Amino acid sequence: MEKVIFEYHSQPTSYVPAADPAAVNKHIPAEFLGAEEVTLPQTCEQDVIRHFTALSKLNYSVDNGFYPLGSCTMKYNPKVNETVADFDGLAGIHPYSPEECVQGALKIIYELESFLKEVSGFSGMTLQPAAGAHGEITGILLIKAYHQKNQPEQKRNVILVPDTAHGTNPATAALAGYQVRQVKSDNQGDIDLEDLQQNLGLDVAALMLTNPNTLGLFEKNILEISHLVHKNGALLYGDGANFNALLGLVKPAELGFDVMHFNLHKTFSTPHGGGGPGAGAVGTSKDLIPFLPVPQVIKKGKNYFWEYRQANSIGKVRSFYGNFLIAVRAYAYFLALGAEGIAKVGRQAVLNANYLMHKLAKFYPVPYHRTCMHEFVMTPHQAWSVSTLDIAKRIIDYGFHPPTIYFPLIVHEAMMIEPTETETKETMDTFIQALEQLAAEAVQNPELLKKAPLTSPVGRIDEARAGRQLILKYEKGRDTLLT
Amino acid sequence: MDYIGNTDADNKDMLQALGIASTEDLLKDIPQDKIIRHCLALPPAGSELEVKKQLREVAGQNASVADFSCFLGAGAYDHYIPSTVPVITKRGEFYTAYTPYQPEISQGTLQSIFEYQTMICNLTGMDVANASLYDGATALYEAIHLACEHTQRNIVLVAKAIHPEYRQVVHTYLKNSRISIKEIPFIEGLIDLAALKSQLNDQVAAVVVQQPNFFGCLEHVQQLGAMAHKQGALFVTSIYPVSLGVLQKPAEYGADIVTGEGQSLGLPVSFGGPYLGIFACRQEFMRKMPGRIVGESIDNRGQRAYVLTLQTREQHIPRERATSNICSNEALCALSACVYLSSMGAAGLKDVATASLSGAHYLAAAVARIPGWKINFKTAFFNEFVATAPGNIEALNKKLLRKNIIGGLPLKKYYPELKKSLLFCVTEKRTKAEIDTLVRILKEKN
Amino acid sequence: MVPKDLKYSKSHEWVKAVGNNTIVIGITDYAQEELGDIVFVELPKVERQLKQQESFGVAESVKAVSDLFSPVSGMVVSVNEALGKQPELVNKEPYTNGWMIKIALAAPTELSSLLSAEEYEKLISEGSK
Repeated sequence: MEKVIFEYHSQPTSYVPAADPAAVNKHIPAEFLGAEEVTLPQTCEQDVIRHFTALSKLNYSVDNGFYPLGSCTMKYNPKVNETVADFDGLAGIHPYSPEECVQGALKIIYELESFLKEVSGFSGMTLQPAAGAHGEITGILLIKAYHQKNQPEQKRNVILVPDTAHGTNPATAALAGYQVRQVKSDNQGDIDLEDLQQNLGLDVAALMLTNPNTLGLFEKNILEISHLVHKNGALLYGDGANFNALLGLVKPAELGFDVMHFNLHKTFSTPHGGGGPGAGAVGTSKDLIPFLPVPQVIKKGKNYFWEYRQANSIGKVRSFYGNFLIAVRAYAYFLALGAEGIAKVGRQAVLNANYLMHKLAKFYPVPYHRTCMHEFVMTPHQAWSVSTLDIAKRIIDYGFHPPTIYFPLIVHEAMMIEPTETETKETMDTFIQALEQLAAEAVQNPELLKKAPLTSPVGRIDEARAGRQLILKYEKGRDTLLT
Repeated sequence: MDYIGNTDADNKDMLQALGIASTEDLLKDIPQDKIIRHCLALPPAGSELEVKKQLREVAGQNASVADFSCFLGAGAYDHYIPSTVPVITKRGEFYTAYTPYQPEISQGTLQSIFEYQTMICNLTGMDVANASLYDGATALYEAIHLACEHTQRNIVLVAKAIHPEYRQVVHTYLKNSRISIKEIPFIEGLIDLAALKSQLNDQVAAVVVQQPNFFGCLEHVQQLGAMAHKQGALFVTSIYPVSLGVLQKPAEYGADIVTGEGQSLGLPVSFGGPYLGIFACRQEFMRKMPGRIVGESIDNRGQRAYVLTLQTREQHIPRERATSNICSNEALCALSACVYLSSMGAAGLKDVATASLSGAHYLAAAVARIPGWKINFKTAFFNEFVATAPGNIEALNKKLLRKNIIGGLPLKKYYPELKKSLLFCVTEKRTKAEIDTLVRILKEKN
Repeated sequence: MVPKDLKYSKSHEWVKAVGNNTIVIGITDYAQEELGDIVFVELPKVERQLKQQESFGVAESVKAVSDLFSPVSGMVVSVNEALGKQPELVNKEPYTNGWMIKIALAAPTELSSLLSAEEYEKLISEGSK
C-alpha cells in the first residue's frame, strides 16, 4: 500500500515568491494570529506527484474498463470535454465579472438550458443544483412553492414514493418538510395503480417517480399515472437518474412530468469525479417557471443578462450559478453529438442492456421477464451458497467493476446492471464470458467467491471496525491499527 | 460525432441474438405516440475539431483572469494553482471513477479523501472533517441544521456580514422549517455586538459568523465564541482556508463547527463552480456530521485500508429521520485541495496568505490617499476591503475593463446602504505593478 | 435464540424484570442479526421520561440505522455505558452484556401487553419485521 502523504519527508518545492513575514504583524493585530504553525505535508514536488500517481493506480475507473454500475450511467467521458473545460476563457472567469465580459459563459448556460429543454420537453430550466440529490430538493421546493402560491388553504403535506425509489427520494421529501407515503409495485414491476389511487388524497403534493424505474422497466401506465396525479391536483416529479434510457427517445414532459432533475454526470457524459462534482439541472413545466432559483439567464437581442427579479422564486440553492464547468462539458457533448447523435443514445443504451440481459439470463435468474430499458436486475441462484456481495467481489478479479448491489430493495440479493450506450458488444461479450465462468465457480468453488477479491490492491475491509473506532484522520504516532 | 463504439454489424448481431428485427421492437412498453420520430431541434453533430473551435470562440467572449488583472474576490479567489494540481486531477483513474462504494478498487479516492480530511482538521484545528460538501453556502446550511439538532433549539443568529449568497441559500432551505434565522446587523464592518447581545439568550442554537467576513474584516471571534457558549449556543464559522496560513485556527477561538468555501485551495474561479464545501467540527458532533466520511480500517490481508464510514445514514437513510439528502461530495475538488496543500506546504500557504494581505493593505493605503475615495471601515482586514468611490462606479469599472482590469465588486445589489462602495480583493497573483496601474486609473478624473 | 424468561415487543426489544418496578431493555438476537455489525448505539440521558413505544435511541450498524423503542413507559434509571466503547456487545451478547437501558416502570400493567417467548418466536418465524 501507498504511504500517507504525511509520512513523506523531503524539502518542499516553492510555487510562489517568498513573502515578507514582517507584513503579517504590521497589518494584522496579534489577537487574530495563529499561535501555532499549521501541520501540512513537507514534501517535494516529485514526491507529491509520485504519491498521488501511486494512489490513482489503486482506483478502478471508466478509463480502466467496463463499469456496469446500475442507475449510475457510467458512460465514457469524452476527452474533448475535459480539454475545453480547461480553457482560460471558461475556467478562468470570475463569477462576479460584469455581464458584458462574460457573454460567452452566459451563452453556454442559456444554450445548454435550451438543449435540455428540447430533449425533455420542459419549458423552464435551472443549472444551479450541484448534484442529483441537490436537484431533487430543488424540484421538491419548487413544488412546495407552487402549491403554497396556488392553493394556500389546501394543506398538501404528503409526497408519494414508490417502493422501488432511490433512497434519496424519501430523504428529500422529508428534508422539505413532507411526510412520505410509500406506493407498492405490482408483480410486473410497475406501480400498483390501485394502491396509488388509494394513497392519492387531497393531502398529496406530488408523486416522485423514476421512469424507467430502478428495475430498468418502463412504467407502462405512465400516462394513466400522470392523469390520476394531476386529477388529484398533485404534481408529478421525475427522478432523472435513469433519463439516459429516454434520451432522444421520449420527452418526459410529454409523459406528464411537471418537474424533473437531470444528472449531467450520468446522461450528459460529464465525469463522476470519484463522487462529485456532478450537476443536477432541473426542468419544469410552464407553471413552475416563476418559482425557479435566481438568477436566470435571459437573452435580449444578441445579448445575455442575469435576471434576478423573480418575486416568487424559491431563492438560491447554491452560491453563484452551480457547477459551471460541468455544464461546459455537457454543452460540448451536445455540440459533438448534435441532433443525430442524441437520437441514438437512448436506443443504443436499450439495445445494449437487452442484449446483456438476454445473455446473462442463461446463468443468473432475472426476476422480471420483460423487455428492459437501459438496465436490468438479476440475482444469484437460490441454491447457490454465495451471496450477491461475493459475486460482486469476484467480478473485480475478472477485471470489471461490479454492478450496483442490494438495490432496488424489493428484489432480494439484487444486482443491477447498466452497460450504457458507449460499451461495445466486444466488451460486453467479455463480461458475459466472465460471468458465465463465475456462475460455474459459484457452484464448484464457492469458497473462492467468499474470499474474493484476490487481485485487488486490498482485500475485503473490516467495515465494522471502521465504524466503531472511527479513525478519520492521520495522526503521527497514533497506535497503528496494524498490531 | 458520437461515442457509440458498436459497428452496424455488432448491432445487427445483437438484434439477431434477441430475435428481433429492430431496436424499435424493444420500445413496446412506451406509449407509441410519445416516441420521438422527428429530428430534434439541436445543432448538427460536430467533429472534435469543430467542437473545440466553437468552444474556443465562446470562451474568447469572456474576460479571463489569465488575461485580466482581477480585483474581485467575494467568495471566489484568483490564487495561483501549482502545476501539480491539474496533472493529478486530470488522471482518468481519479476523474472517471464513481463514488468509492467498492473500497477494494477505490483506495486512491478513499486515501486522498482521508488525507484531505486530515489537512482540513490540521488547518482548522478541529477534531474531524467530512469528505466535503457542494460549496461554502450549502456547508453553512448543514452546520446550522446540525447546531439546531444538537442543541434542540430553533433560533439561529446569523451575521449580516456573512456572504449574501450564503445567507440566501440558508434562507431557501429553512424558509419552511421550524428553524428561524435572525440577522444581526454590522457596525464598522463587524457584527454589531450590542444587537447580538440583545438577541442572544438560552433559546439560541448558534451564533454564525464569517472570518474574515464578506467585507474582508476580521471579526472578534474569541469574544463572539465566548458570548455564544455562555448561553449554551454553538459557535459556527465560515472560513476562507487560505487565510489560515496566518490567521488563528477556528479551534483556538472556540468554534464548534467550521465551514467554508474551499475554492481557494487549488481550484480555478470557474465562473462559480465546481467548488468545495468544507465542513469540520468537534468530536462531539462526529456522528451527526453530514455527508460522506472516510475512515481507516484494515483488510482481510492485514493491510491498512480505507472505507466510507458512518455511511448508513446516507445509503440506508431511515426515511422519516432524514436530516440531509446529500449523497455526494465534491471528491475531485477535495483531491485538488489535497494536492494543493501537499504542494504548497505550511510555508507556501503562509506565503500566499502574507502576499495577499500585504497587497490588499498596499492597495487600501493607496486608495485612501486618492482625493474623494474613502475606506469604509477602520477595522483590521485580511485581503479584501470596502472602499467608497467619489464618482459613478459602473462607469469606473467599464473604464477599468478597457484597460484589462476587472475592478472591485459594487455592493449596491447586496447592501443598498453601501450603494457607492466597492469590495476590492488582492491575491498573491496581483503584482505591485498591477496594483499601481489600478490606483493610477482610480486617480484619473472621470 | 429466544430466552423463555423474557418478554418481547413487536419491534424486537426484550424486557427483563429486575426487582420491584424496574426492568431492563435490550434488543433480541434476531434484531442484532438483522442489523448486522453494530457500530454505534445512541442511548438516552438518565432520568429521561419515556412513553410506551417512544424512541429511546438509535442503533447504527454497517447496514442500517434503526430506532430503538421503549416497550413500556417509565423513567430511565441507568444506561449501559459499556456500549459506548464496545457496541459489538449488542451483537455478541444481546441478552446479557449487550443490554441498553434500565427503566423504573410508570405503568406496570403495560407489561401484560408484551409478547411471551412463544409468541415472539412465532412472530419471527413468520418473518415479519
